[in-house]
Amino acid sequence: MTEPVEGPWLDGDAGRLVRPYTVSDGRTKPSTHFDLLTLVMATGNRPHHYLGPDHTHVLGLCRGPLSVAEIAAHIRQPAVVTKVLLSDLVDCGAITARAPDRAPLGPHSTDRDLLEAVLDGLRKRL
Amino acid sequence: MGSVNDSDPFPTALKVLIAGGFGVGKTTMVSAVSEIEPLSTEELLTQVSASTDSLEGVEDKSTTTVAMDFGRISLGGTHVLYLFGTPGQERFWFLWDELSAGALGAVVLADTRRLEDCFAAVDFFERRGIEFIVAVNEFDDAYRYEPEEVRAAIDLKPEVPVVLCDARDVASSTNVLVSLVQHLIDTRSQHADVI
Repeated sequence: MTEPVEGPWLDGDAGRLVRPYTVSDGRTKPSTHFDLLTLVMATGNRPHHYLGPDHTHVLGLCRGPLSVAEIAAHIRQPAVVTKVLLSDLVDCGAITARAPDRAPLGPHSTDRDLLEAVLDGLRKRL
Repeated sequence: MGSVNDSDPFPTALKVLIAGGFGVGKTTMVSAVSEIEPLSTEELLTQVSASTDSLEGVEDKSTTTVAMDFGRISLGGTHVLYLFGTPGQERFWFLWDELSAGALGAVVLADTRRLEDCFAAVDFFERRGIEFIVAVNEFDDAYRYEPEEVRAAIDLKPEVPVVLCDARDVASSTNVLVSLVQHLIDTRSQHADVI
């Protein structure tokens, strides 16, 4: 039997039926640092024990690389709560995360290559 | 390109901010260029009241949420550009700090009928040393100004590009992003020349 797909409990008028921090079990600090642009992806390893419907939902979204911001939007939870759920999944090896390169851009050739790649990609869309 | 590492499934995530006053067309621009329906992410903000002498601290706190709309543009499988519309409310400026960390640059959208609404964003990016361009969203019923008139009115530095756009239009909004990235490249070239 496949488990039913779990989503956020939402009511059209009332909004969330479960308070955000209930989802994160009262925790407000993730064990791993996440940026809104940190990309996450499932490793294929299943958690050793059932973490809960919200974790299952999040894990289901992580088939391809997806940003923390996108996952937060899809599960309709605040970013901070999403980060706690994701850190649980990192801790048990179910997902892997890649932080964005936060080094400030400078007059280096690699930065220039990066910008040229972005420029090229944007122009192809015109 | 042979530079793509097959063993690395992660593209490089990049960020551009779309800033400007309320109702200037930030979300419209994000919608126009995004390959996904624009999404919204919330930050939960805990506001502690000024009277922190109460022992019942929990009762002094209230949480509020601030939503940020964003979109995504995949560039050739190796780069993903995320566009974040900054929250319009000035009281959430501290969020801008987190948002602007690591951003490639910013587009400040301006409406010539309410030009003063973009001053705050211009100030913010100038002070933080974040490169930006100004894009005038040409609303149908607004008087058309020349870019140089807008530059003078905002008191922009001469090197900051001012472009005209229609935020509803895919090509026009994409061209704004092209102008921004070209500006970033030009700025770096000048820096490199000096060094």
